[in-house]
Amino acid sequence: MSRDLPWPIDYVLIPALNLALAFLAGAVVLGLIGVSPGAALGTLLDGAFGSLDGAGYTLYYATTFIFTGLAVAIPYQAGLFNIGGEGQAMLGGLGVTIVCQAMGGYPLWLVLPLAIGAAMIGGAAWAALPAVLQVKRGSHIVITTIMFNFLASALMTYLLIDMLRAPGDPSPETAAFPASTALPYAHEWAAHLGLAMEESPLNLSFVVALILAFLVWLFIRRSLWGYEIRATGHNPSAAAYAAIPVDRVTVLAVCLGGACAGLVGINEVMGVLHRLVLGFTAGAGIVGIAVALMGRNHPFGIVLSAILFGALYQGGAELAFDYPQVTRDIIVVMDGLVILFCGALENMLRVPVTRAWARWRTVPA
Amino acid sequence: MGIGFDGMSRRSFGRAVAGTAAAGFAGLGPWRVALAATFEPALIYDYGGKFDRSFNQAAYDGAERFKKETGLTYREFEITNESQREQSMLQLAKRGAALIVGVGFGHQAAMTKVATQYPKVRFTIIDAVVDLPNVQSIVFREQECCFLVGMIAALTSKTGKVGFVGGMDVPLIRRFAAGYAQGAKFARPDVEVLQTMTGTTVSAWNDPARGSELARSQFDRGADVVFAAAGATGLGVLQAAADAKKFSIGCDSNQNALHPGSVLTSMVKRVDVATYNAMMAAKDDKWQAGTLSLGLKDDGLDYAIDDNNRSLITPEIKARVDQAKADIIAGRIVPIDVAAQ
Repeated sequence: MSRDLPWPIDYVLIPALNLALAFLAGAVVLGLIGVSPGAALGTLLDGAFGSLDGAGYTLYYATTFIFTGLAVAIPYQAGLFNIGGEGQAMLGGLGVTIVCQAMGGYPLWLVLPLAIGAAMIGGAAWAALPAVLQVKRGSHIVITTIMFNFLASALMTYLLIDMLRAPGDPSPETAAFPASTALPYAHEWAAHLGLAMEESPLNLSFVVALILAFLVWLFIRRSLWGYEIRATGHNPSAAAYAAIPVDRVTVLAVCLGGACAGLVGINEVMGVLHRLVLGFTAGAGIVGIAVALMGRNHPFGIVLSAILFGALYQGGAELAFDYPQVTRDIIVVMDGLVILFCGALENMLRVPVTRAWARWRTVPA
Repeated sequence: MGIGFDGMSRRSFGRAVAGTAAAGFAGLGPWRVALAATFEPALIYDYGGKFDRSFNQAAYDGAERFKKETGLTYREFEITNESQREQSMLQLAKRGAALIVGVGFGHQAAMTKVATQYPKVRFTIIDAVVDLPNVQSIVFREQECCFLVGMIAALTSKTGKVGFVGGMDVPLIRRFAAGYAQGAKFARPDVEVLQTMTGTTVSAWNDPARGSELARSQFDRGADVVFAAAGATGLGVLQAAADAKKFSIGCDSNQNALHPGSVLTSMVKRVDVATYNAMMAAKDDKWQAGTLSLGLKDDGLDYAIDDNNRSLITPEIKARVDQAKADIIAGRIVPIDVAAQ
């Protein structure tokens, strides 16, 4: 059906209408708890984009969501649903930790590529087992990747409490990394350029995320492996008939997804926390599913929907900060409404809009 | 919309790009609203959330008491991810909060950073130590009181088996478990202590259904008293004990009234008093940085006896437990602190 629509309607108008509906429903919820929806929306937008540091927070959250969104999108091209971004991100963080703790004092241009490599290997390794199990044993990847999230968190708990914890520290976290391994912050760059920007966690990882999104697009759309992944996703039997090694392609797609998820460690662990903290992923792997769905599993769509979710996270925090009635549960409701209208009910408006378009086109104005 | 936009410290995008100096609009009208003219302390809760009926809620109760007695308001924030710890703390420091109370050990790293950055703002952290001149650290010697409720559990048990359900598997909760087991064994050397942690993620603090399940499995294995040190998850443990007509022991807040007749006692950690005291002291300018270690001696911990459970604890048991309490205060009994090892 979408073929009947010109792209501005398909990719701009319909998502915008969906978002507007979600905000409308959110306004009703806010009204019910006695918050003026207009003022709340103002606070949300102002918190997310109204200042350099607010925008910094938004893009910082978006960075993580781009990684976890791509982690879902690549396997999805091969027809597979990777729910394991959370666990893959944790293992990516572990890889980053090993590199950062070993490479103190080395220049960043040397440490960063190694850390990126370690993060991708960690994430990919954690994704590889469910992928191989799917191929060899037919265990469903949705189930195994979910279970691997719990295995990852159990592993991290063990490592962080019994092995890696700084002596005498009651919190399950490692000691701080050597300062030389910290990624530069956006506000540090802004200061060099003479811009006054308050501190925010936005760091070099955002650039890494944008480059990655472009590379993923290139890979999926322009490379032979990408073609094989897409062909497998459309019809595995036909792909096999065309001599595409479907099993290998399946494992490849899931591992590449895991590698993207692992990069969350670059943003959170190396960029912001500068230590490995238990639970640093905070559900980002799960949010990645919504990000990928809303971004239609297209790398550029994912960048946009990641920014939307980043804005909801950051603006939502400001909202909770300024209005005592808005608890964190209300923020979850708001996020849920956006996912409902933009993700699950994505096709609800498509039919009437398509019809209206067809009518408008056939009847000359 | 002006509320919450602090003109002194945050700049709108356009203005910043235009290069307007910060001082230029520090005094502009509506934005000044956010700058607290009166004493306004602030609380940052941990993952459990302020209505967990346990640890976080105790802090909330303390703040509410402060509000009621002084008529002053306070700000609060419930975190949902790691980076919000620092974000909310920075926000509060920028907006000139009179005192920022971090509820929970998880705030340690963020507070170390923000308190260094804002040396004039006063900070209080509960359950961890931050060694800075503007931070007050309040820690509890939980093992002391867990020892006592362990005794009560062992002495009340008919089966000789007592249970422990912890929240997230962290050193703090291991300290609870070890103190409890030590007390149980002290009162009754042949007692068997079953221990289960709810999970390894932060959701372990907030999963009452799983709490019920774990309690039931301990009952199936013969336990008839179970101690829940698990935040909101503990509510499920208490419920399961009430349903199965067994005994439970509450944690952090006094939970005796939740299921009278089933909740044997509660290990009360006076996070409410600590919060209230910190706020009051800051208001009266008597607040001091440094580390406060609270135990039985300081009334920072106690086991709860009220009308809901007075009939459940026999005078003999009470006498033995009170004797042990006196011995711990006098240093004759030393409950182990596994978290420090």
